[in-house]
Amino acid sequence: MNKKAIYFLGMVLSMVAGSAQAAYALNLHAPVTEIARQIYDLHMLIVYICLGIFVVVFSIMFYSLYKHRKSVGHQAAKFHEHHVLEIVWTIIPALILLAIAFPATKTIFAMKDTTAADMSVKVTGHQWKWEYEYLDKDVKFISNLSTTEDQINNRAEKGENYLLEVDNPMVVPVGKKVRLVLTAEDVIHSWSVPSFGVKQDAIPGFIKETWFRADKPGTYRGQCSELCGKNHGFMPIVVEAVTEDKYNEWIASKQEAAKTANAGADKVWTKEDLIANGKTVYEKNCAVCHQASGAGLPPAFPALTGSKIANAPIFGADGKYLKDGHLDRVLNGVRVMPSWKALLNDVEIASVITYERNALGNSVGDVLQPAQVKSAR
Amino acid sequence: MSTTTATHHDDHAHDSHGHPTGLMRWVKSTNHKDIGTMYLWFSFTMFLFAGALAMLIRLELFQPGLQFVQPETFNQLTTLHGLIMIFGAIMPAFVGFANWQVPLMIGAPDMAFPRLNNMSFWLLIPAAILLLSSFFVPGGAAAGGWTMYPPLSVQGGMSVDMSVFALHILGVSSIVGSINIITTIFNMRAPGMTLMKMPMFVWTWLITAYLLIAAMPVLAGALTMLITDRHFGTHFFNAAGGGDPVLFQHVFWFFGHPEVYIMILPAFGILSTIIPTFARKPLFGYASMVYATAAIAVLSFVVWAHHMFTTGMPVAGQLFFMYSTMLISVPTGVKVFNWLATMWKGSMTFETPMLFAVAVVFLFTIGGFSGLVCAILPVDIQLQDTYYVVAHFHYVLFSGAAMSIMGGVYYWIPKWTGHMYDETLGKWHFWLTTIAFNVTFFPMHFTGLAGMPRRVPDYSQQFAEFNMISSLGAFALGLSQLLFLYVVIKCIRGGAKATNQVWEGAHGLEWTVASPAPFHTFETPPLVK
Repeated sequence: MNKKAIYFLGMVLSMVAGSAQAAYALNLHAPVTEIARQIYDLHMLIVYICLGIFVVVFSIMFYSLYKHRKSVGHQAAKFHEHHVLEIVWTIIPALILLAIAFPATKTIFAMKDTTAADMSVKVTGHQWKWEYEYLDKDVKFISNLSTTEDQINNRAEKGENYLLEVDNPMVVPVGKKVRLVLTAEDVIHSWSVPSFGVKQDAIPGFIKETWFRADKPGTYRGQCSELCGKNHGFMPIVVEAVTEDKYNEWIASKQEAAKTANAGADKVWTKEDLIANGKTVYEKNCAVCHQASGAGLPPAFPALTGSKIANAPIFGADGKYLKDGHLDRVLNGVRVMPSWKALLNDVEIASVITYERNALGNSVGDVLQPAQVKSAR
Repeated sequence: MSTTTATHHDDHAHDSHGHPTGLMRWVKSTNHKDIGTMYLWFSFTMFLFAGALAMLIRLELFQPGLQFVQPETFNQLTTLHGLIMIFGAIMPAFVGFANWQVPLMIGAPDMAFPRLNNMSFWLLIPAAILLLSSFFVPGGAAAGGWTMYPPLSVQGGMSVDMSVFALHILGVSSIVGSINIITTIFNMRAPGMTLMKMPMFVWTWLITAYLLIAAMPVLAGALTMLITDRHFGTHFFNAAGGGDPVLFQHVFWFFGHPEVYIMILPAFGILSTIIPTFARKPLFGYASMVYATAAIAVLSFVVWAHHMFTTGMPVAGQLFFMYSTMLISVPTGVKVFNWLATMWKGSMTFETPMLFAVAVVFLFTIGGFSGLVCAILPVDIQLQDTYYVVAHFHYVLFSGAAMSIMGGVYYWIPKWTGHMYDETLGKWHFWLTTIAFNVTFFPMHFTGLAGMPRRVPDYSQQFAEFNMISSLGAFALGLSQLLFLYVVIKCIRGGAKATNQVWEGAHGLEWTVASPAPFHTFETPPLVK
């Protein structure tokens, strides 16, 4: 007890002393949009008002606790009503609330105004990754957590942006009003970047809107903020705000990369190349549920090793893919298994299916070509 | 309510005229005191169990990285911690108090429907079995959060069905219990006890019972729709079939917000009983306390969507729910001011119940202020689903509801057992609980402001220090409750003999009967002047 108490006291003291350090972040993120700044100021206003009331009210209470004790011989008074006082302490808080409500209302109207946007990005939440689609730009990509399993399972040193880093960040130009349209594929997610003052649920089957305009170039990080299942804590959001030139370069490079990837769909791949490419795709997209070994997490996430679907034929006698066959399952999903049609390109789907059938303890031996996937779509 | 004449004299001979003994005394009990005792023990058991789940949560969150439980198990722990604490610990504890105290406070011989009362209690047992055993079915316990939002909860395994069924049963129990309490209060008050002479605790329970009757069927409706979506092909919450996932949230929180007040109004009643006793001064502003309680109850039905500010409601909806939520702080403030005015110029002593009561006033107010911060919609956008919300609702539910329950137990246990509890140990329990509670939950305000989401099994390194502090506090908080268990058992087994009045400043009918309260009381109604 005593040792713990001393250790504890030490921690509390170092907390007070070190409150300027980033490790003990005490307040909202530094705002980089007008809305986030208004929220920051609004929050400080309320905190100061609450602190003021708190100090006054509890000074009175502690004075009373000290002075009106039986042990110091204080005799109890008899009063039990005071109408004026009771009316006053009903009206004054109501007036204070009005003073807070006014600026808050103004900010709400500003937050809801998604008109006159310079660009629009469609954000789709998936279990457990974000998909970004730049409308009218033909740019679409998936953003996955890039922190390694080893770091999460304490087998490697944790990096500076542990759990707050992704492979493909969203990139936006500074000073432009970016309108987000949000939806989700499976369950409700919530897209949140504190520095922008944005948090908006992404709801399957519905489109919701929000917006931000970043003032300063930089990398801004947030996390999914609505419980969305097993890996809810592992689907961060990273937004890079860059100058307009850099943004245009980035858009061009993304468009180029998409073209290259689509070109691969028309050539015939060797089994080895498909398996090698499939391993990467599998570990990035599938291993989170079916596990890197293919053992799955039954009953929620079935094993692929020895699974019926991964060992049965893909195509029927008529040359069409079989219902509830391997390709059908990957393209269209079922229940918790998402549909990958829109998320992976032909090469990726062909690779991952070939990999699953010829690795993870399976040895069907067949090959699925990207061209077959393309015609099956 | 303050001046009472007990025309009743305890008839000890009556005790012996035969009630079942042994196990059957409890199984078949229709006695409000025995049923109250069972409710309290049930809730304490659940409190320790759900507290143990919280210990596991804090153990995993002690450091960044995954150490002890995997994410899916972590979600099961948070879900069941919430469900069991709310429906298994806090709510039954208040019903236990109502059973014991309402008849004693209004001079009634028992509850209006004693057999129904037996049923309300025994319904808790199958519900608890369903909840606890859901950890052992394939896929583990429900993992979609205690709010069970679809579509996530539609994905879950059979444990979701078990939890839903458990809540249905608990809902029936609550509704039946509430009907019993309302009927008792309206029909069985001693002659002369008009409504505006009722003890404040009875008033708060009367209003709470109405909240339960109005809110629990709404929860049952939401859960039934969830079940039919899961198994019978309906699409209430599935957009692909013309439904809306957000509909569930509206219906759920239409229940969920009154539920918050179901868990705090009886606590207000306990405070309004303890503070005048130890200030030796009548409750200040009795009438305005009654009106404030009623106002809070009515307002609690029109604020629900403040739990949903990030769903993207139209601006008119957002403004309405922000204003109505802010408004609720006015009657709540009135209550706090009234308690202070009750203390003011009193002649206070600080036995354990009073220590708890004063701490609740202080800490609940912190929870009230953080609630006001969350009510401001633009600020809530930053705080929704972060640890700030976790801090907020533990300040109202632990240091509001649970610590009021502890204070209430210390206050009335001499009447229940006939013995005084160990004051020194009681004070130790109080100080350990209060300090550990604040060490656990105060830092969560900071982690929340800095953006740490709730319901995550792992977090980035910037949150490491505060989480470690919270975890250490939580372990201390959990262990302190074992001391509470010890004090209660010690008090049951022996201790200084309690007088009938127990506390120097205590007033009311329950203090006119013997300590321990005989098996039957007020068979002849007392007269209240």
